Amino acid sequence: MKQTVVVVGNGMVGQRFCALLRETRGCERFRIVVLGEEPRPAYDRVHLTEYFSGKSAADLEIAPRSWYRDQGIELRVGTPAIAVDRGRRVVAAGGGLEVRYDHLVLATGSAPFVPPLPGIDRRGVFVYRTIEDLDAIRDAAASRQSAAVIGGGLLGLEAAKALYDLGLSAHVVEAAPWLMPRQLDRDGAELLAAKIRALGVQVHTNKRTNEIIGTESGGMRFCFDGGESLDVDLIVVSAGIKPRQELAAGCGLELGPRGGIAVDATMRTSDPTIFAIGECASHDGTVYGLVAPGFEMADVAAAQIAGFDKSFRAGDLSTKLKLLGVEVASIGESTAPQTMEHTHVAVRDEVAGVYKKLIVRRETRTLIGAVLVGDTSDYANLLGLFRRAEPLPERPLSLIVDGTAVRGGEGAELTGDSLLCTCNNVTVDDVVTAVAGGAVTMPAIQACTKATTGCGGCGPQIKQVLERELQRAGVEVRKQICEHFALRRQELFDLVRVRGFHTYSEVLTQCGRGGGCEVCKPVVASILASIHAEPASEQPVIQDTNDRFLANIQRGGTYSVIPRIPGGEITAEKLIAIGEVARRYNLYVKITGGQRIDMLGARLDQLPDIWEDLVTAGFESGHAYAKAMRTVKSCVGSTWCRYGVLDSVGFAIRVEERYKGLRAPHKLKSAVSGCIRECAEARSKDFGIIATSEGWNLYVCGNGGSKPRHAVLLAAGIDDETCLRYIDRFLMFYIRTADPLTRTARWLEELDGGIDYLRAVIIDDVLGIGAQLDAEMQAAVDGYRCEWAEVVNDPEKRSRFRAFVNASESDPSIAFADERGQIRPSSGGGAISLPPVNGGPHEDAPVRFEEARHV
Amino acid sequence: MSEPLWIAVCHRDDVIPDGGACVFYEGIQIAVFRIAARDEWYAVQNRCPHWNEQVLWRGMTGERDGEPKVACPMHKRTFSLRTGAAFAGDTPDLLTFPVRVVADGRVFVGVPSAEVVARERTAATHAPCGRAE
Ligand code: SRM
Ligand SMILES: Cc1cc2nc3c(=O)[nH]c(=O)nc-3n(C[C@H](O)[C@H](O)[C@H](O)COP(=O)(O)OP(=O)(O)OC[C@H]3O[C@@H](n4cnc5c(N)ncnc54)[C@H](O)[C@@H]3O)c2cc1C
Ligand code: SF4
Ligand code: FES
Repeated sequence: MKQTVVVVGNGMVGQRFCALLRETRGCERFRIVVLGEEPRPAYDRVHLTEYFSGKSAADLEIAPRSWYRDQGIELRVGTPAIAVDRGRRVVAAGGGLEVRYDHLVLATGSAPFVPPLPGIDRRGVFVYRTIEDLDAIRDAAASRQSAAVIGGGLLGLEAAKALYDLGLSAHVVEAAPWLMPRQLDRDGAELLAAKIRALGVQVHTNKRTNEIIGTESGGMRFCFDGGESLDVDLIVVSAGIKPRQELAAGCGLELGPRGGIAVDATMRTSDPTIFAIGECASHDGTVYGLVAPGFEMADVAAAQIAGFDKSFRAGDLSTKLKLLGVEVASIGESTAPQTMEHTHVAVRDEVAGVYKKLIVRRETRTLIGAVLVGDTSDYANLLGLFRRAEPLPERPLSLIVDGTAVRGGEGAELTGDSLLCTCNNVTVDDVVTAVAGGAVTMPAIQACTKATTGCGGCGPQIKQVLERELQRAGVEVRKQICEHFALRRQELFDLVRVRGFHTYSEVLTQCGRGGGCEVCKPVVASILASIHAEPASEQPVIQDTNDRFLANIQRGGTYSVIPRIPGGEITAEKLIAIGEVARRYNLYVKITGGQRIDMLGARLDQLPDIWEDLVTAGFESGHAYAKAMRTVKSCVGSTWCRYGVLDSVGFAIRVEERYKGLRAPHKLKSAVSGCIRECAEARSKDFGIIATSEGWNLYVCGNGGSKPRHAVLLAAGIDDETCLRYIDRFLMFYIRTADPLTRTARWLEELDGGIDYLRAVIIDDVLGIGAQLDAEMQAAVDGYRCEWAEVVNDPEKRSRFRAFVNASESDPSIAFADERGQIRPSSGGGAISLPPVNGGPHEDAPVRFEEARHV
Repeated sequence: MSEPLWIAVCHRDDVIPDGGACVFYEGIQIAVFRIAARDEWYAVQNRCPHWNEQVLWRGMTGERDGEPKVACPMHKRTFSLRTGAAFAGDTPDLLTFPVRVVADGRVFVGVPSAEVVARERTAATHAPCGRAE
């Protein structure tokens, strides 16, 4: 007969336990029943904050429901266990359910600790642990301006980042004299605080809260010891965790000295049929608030239940994280003071914003702890030294001053037993073995080693090892442009920039081979245009047809005409001018989704005449045909709107004028909203700007289209000039480094280090290229010319718009029919294989993705 | 095969290097291409057989494994300029026409026979219209 294993709690550790038990030899003899209190299967709590930066609940899910089914695991979500009857070995759960167990595993996790302050139960005070908590915070944040987090520990800072990402002005309130008192010393914490302040998050340390009271304006006020106060609209409590031990206490299991369910090294509680793992367990008096020790506990419990011998080695709490873009790591006894026994070796580099400290046992010269802030590239190396208790070199300072041994060499210098993924104990050798066994992609390595599935921080290093191994195996890992260029776009960009090439044939003969094709020609065209601000009309044959004729080709071979209407603002005079042009050439007229006007049905030979009329009326090219800056949408903003806080139209026009025509790897779109209501939909743009009472919030890397993604906050509360400077750098950095036909959203997804890295490059200038990016953008801005005006005024360029070389007539095959009082194409478009979709230009979009694929 | 009928269509300078131009002859359209690096000239039907659009001359020229080709500007189907063969399996091939450039720079296109012209004219005019009426 099968034995029943009941797991209470379907969190990160409970889920891992199920997976491990199912992987154990002989697991068929177990029936697994899981009772989960939350309404959904286990999700990645460690990355919970990403729920605010674009990930959905489904993205965070660790395994879909079908996985539990396939594994034969009976999962009941929304079903809390209420009591355990140890005599009858029965768990009673919500809905009157009773389950008999042979082995019971408690993986109930922990709950946020809420300090008993007067006023802490006010509406507008939240905790931060579940998706439901985050939903509540997001709903509340929509109508608020400022927020404070109680607690300056790891989770508190994580929560502050979330609030900041939501566009609120964020504060952190910490009672201890410095941030992260459990992991950092004062110097390290001060540097961290300085960096966080520089981002615009206020840090208040050494502040004991006596009470939280309501204010007249509907907000809340912290009343601190000593009479100071702080007013905010919303509060998130993150002052620590308390293990969920109520079920265990209710059935008389022994508890730990500082809370938690007491377990031995086999994860058994005082009742040998009951196990406790994860954040609810107390081993040797310690409750581990991190996921890695929890996973190890799951491993031990699964082995024990299956009858194997495994025991828990008291883990250390070493961690490496990125908090609000700042790298922070602590190893071992990181807060141990200087004594007869221990000495400190430290560097504090204010210029680079780096602090590193080693705590060394004098007698043995071994490492017993370390703190790293601002640069954690030495972490793996130091952790190895710490775990192996190896004596340090003569001058331990050399380990942290230069750090080249680990940093410069990166993947290549790590030794086989260097730990890469500290959450899942994956070493370099493990990855090498996985690659040799056929796991040649990141997802495959993830699946077989579990690396990167914890905090994910090891991703870049794992990728390095993977690429190194593939290279060793002779596998081509380059993303080359096409058969004519064995380079990535970024490399080609740098070559063109450094060597000053101006023409496609120069680039092809110097850097490529063969005769070129429709893939590399537009890529080179875009690079040349980005660097030299060269209009597309200069080298027409290397342009896609749209760029070549400065208009989008449509069904039947006619073109569309979209003049620029910056910010969507247009005078009556100009509207009339557009109307007259449309009437004169019998064009179909439509308002676009980009707040401008599209005139369609223009024959090739008509384009110069149409544009001559438009240029005369004061219009410029709208670049709707180009991989270039398109539109900057705006809402009416503070000039008219009763809610507006800043002049969104004025700023949108300024932004559009600055970047108009800028060539990029893909099209660029922007918008400016006058307040948090966001009527301009700025967060669906490549860069979007939203007004707040503190200044502009700048969001980057959003996308509409087939794979929508909200833009994420790059900087908050900034003025016009700062905003433009950040956009300059953002765009130039993107133009320099993105692969062809990669929108900013996809580019960011691929960028190692993500938004935090991007922020570091743009705001902190960690690469030291800020001034160069600024100068390049200024050159691009200064070099702008309206390419349609140039064609209109140049007889040679005009002559390219002829239908036939041997006849002066227009293309007789173009024909139109009438629809709702306007023209529509009736020739061409003879789709033989592709069924017509609901009409409209977007039918063509899938083909464009095909195009993107072979680059 | 009999000698084609050679028609003078333009001067070599009328076709920009690595670009194309379109010739109108007896109701059919012929795309003429000039591959500058090899100083080679090609002519194919202007009608892209994929969606029957008269657009090929506006496509980008290039090379695939040394074979000269053109990419249709509409949906990027590619064809060999030498043989007219479509590189994607689901698209019919193109008609090709011989080209000659004489000493004074005049460009001639050879039209094989009246039947070929008539067939292309019929194909162009009777192209099915993709829209549901
Ligand atoms: C004209 C317009 C539709 C309209 O009548 O409203 C339009 C028309 C086309 N869109 Fe669009 N898009 C138009 C607004 C949009 C918007 C809305 C917006 O910009 O606010 C989006 C979603 C936002 C976004 O881009 O993130 C949009 C997402 C796309 C996409 C998908 C992009 C993606 O990253 O997924 C494509 C395909 C592509 O670029 O590869 C596309 C491609 C096209 C092309 C260029 C397809 C093509 O190659 O022919 C269409 C050109 C037709 C033409 O020449 O007029 N269009 N397109 C809109 C022009 C706006 C303008 O004033 O310039
Ligand atoms: C925002 C945030 C960021 C974090 N970042 C990191 C990080 O960077 N690195 C790191 O190592 N750790 C981090 N952690 C901590 C990490 O998430 C936890 O260590 C881990 O989730 C613990 O897993 P668990 O399964 O023990 O508990 P949980 O994931 O909390 O799961 C316990 C589950 O049990 C359920 N439950 C409780 N009682 C019952 C009952 N009676 N019946 C049924 N179900 C019940 C709960 O509802 C919950 O779903 C972070 C935590 C948060 C909240
Ligand atoms: S975003 Fe705000 S300011 Fe702009 S229109 Fe909407 S409500 Fe008005
Ligand atoms: S019409 Fe030429 S590829 Fe579709």
